[in-house]
Amino acid sequence: MKNIGNLKEFATTPDRFQGGHRLCPGCAHSIIVREVVNATEDDIVVSTATGCLEVCSSIYPYTSWDVSWLHIGFENAAAGISGAEAMYKALKRKGKLPVDKPAKFLAFGGDGGTYDIGFQSLSGAAERGHDFMYVCLDNEGYMNTGGQRSSATPVGAHTTTSPRGRISYGEKNWKKDLTMIMSHHGCPYVATAVPSKWKDLATKAAKGFDTEGPVFLNTLSPCTTEWKFDPADTIMISDLAVDSCVFPLYEIENGTKLTITYRPKNKIPVRDYLGAQGRFSHLFKKGNEHLIDAWQKHTDEYWEYLQRREEAGV
Amino acid sequence: MATPTERLENWDEFEIGAVLKSFDENGNYSRDHSKTYKVADWRVEKPVFNRDICIDCDMCWVACPDSCFIVEEVVNKRGKKQANIVGIDYDHCKGCAVCVEVCPTPIKSLLMFPEFEDNNNALANWPKKEKKDK
Repeated sequence: MKNIGNLKEFATTPDRFQGGHRLCPGCAHSIIVREVVNATEDDIVVSTATGCLEVCSSIYPYTSWDVSWLHIGFENAAAGISGAEAMYKALKRKGKLPVDKPAKFLAFGGDGGTYDIGFQSLSGAAERGHDFMYVCLDNEGYMNTGGQRSSATPVGAHTTTSPRGRISYGEKNWKKDLTMIMSHHGCPYVATAVPSKWKDLATKAAKGFDTEGPVFLNTLSPCTTEWKFDPADTIMISDLAVDSCVFPLYEIENGTKLTITYRPKNKIPVRDYLGAQGRFSHLFKKGNEHLIDAWQKHTDEYWEYLQRREEAGV
Repeated sequence: MATPTERLENWDEFEIGAVLKSFDENGNYSRDHSKTYKVADWRVEKPVFNRDICIDCDMCWVACPDSCFIVEEVVNKRGKKQANIVGIDYDHCKGCAVCVEVCPTPIKSLLMFPEFEDNNNALANWPKKEKKDK
């Protein structure tokens, strides 16, 4: 397991995901990807589901990856990487690959490719127990195709398929809790992370690379285009998400042992997080105030649940 | 830099499976790597880096979405590896200003200036420390 150390030490790592890709200015996807792929010194094989990251880092005839990279369909990033892992194990057993040179397997998917479309392949790969890590870059919607809703979109968010208006207040359903669903698959390591807490994210990634078996990392990736905030505020928005406990940072080992890895010193109201984004601006208009209260209640209840579960150690 | 249209080959000249190799035989970045592509024309404002104020905390390095911060590895007084920021790669910077937001020094060592402004000019006009009124 790579020792992450302090940032001065971490910054000496040569980058494996290079510039020149066509992600939006201020996109959190590449921040997360760099923090994850720099967290190991072993060779890695990456597969990416269709999404912003795949489209922007591999516009033909250019690639931004310094590691082996594979693109397959929207729905089978986890299936592709589990196939690569099975082949690697078989070739190693037959003596066709060097034994002393370990390789790690990594899959990236957006929230559409993880929560909705790619869920069956992810669930299957976790059930079969392949040795890989899946990183979900959760930007709460299909942002690459113009901002449609996905099952990761939270209540009240304006998207093009759940628009705000005189009658509608935006998305009607709460976000699916995929991290818990993956922990109940019996994954040995499941965690949530945000790009602004770089040490937390890099440590979790290093731990995930070190763990044998399927690992799931759910990362919140603020989207400047569809969440409608200034590109410079990417880091601030992800800080607000963890400080208001909308996106609590925790890890679950072996499906049971839950540890909260970051506790905000001053818990800020959810109102601050919602107010910083243009997609929630209609919640502050007359007639929609009850939604902010519902948000606060929902967030507090979930935070309380996590704390109780950590105390009980189940 | 060849434009993508000039780069596109005929159907019978593609590599099988449309494989792109990041490195050539000598280990350098090949022409298929996006390092050889410039996205500098995306930005309207550019960040300017002031070496004199920088404390080498490397927050900008970790937060930059485009890996634009060129670092130099040095060994510090305690014998540990450390990365010092040398400059900004203006070929790949998109001008998002995330680095300016995360810079922790009291007077920022990174500031946004208009694209046409000369870097030396910008450094000369850097905001000075305000004297506290007692």
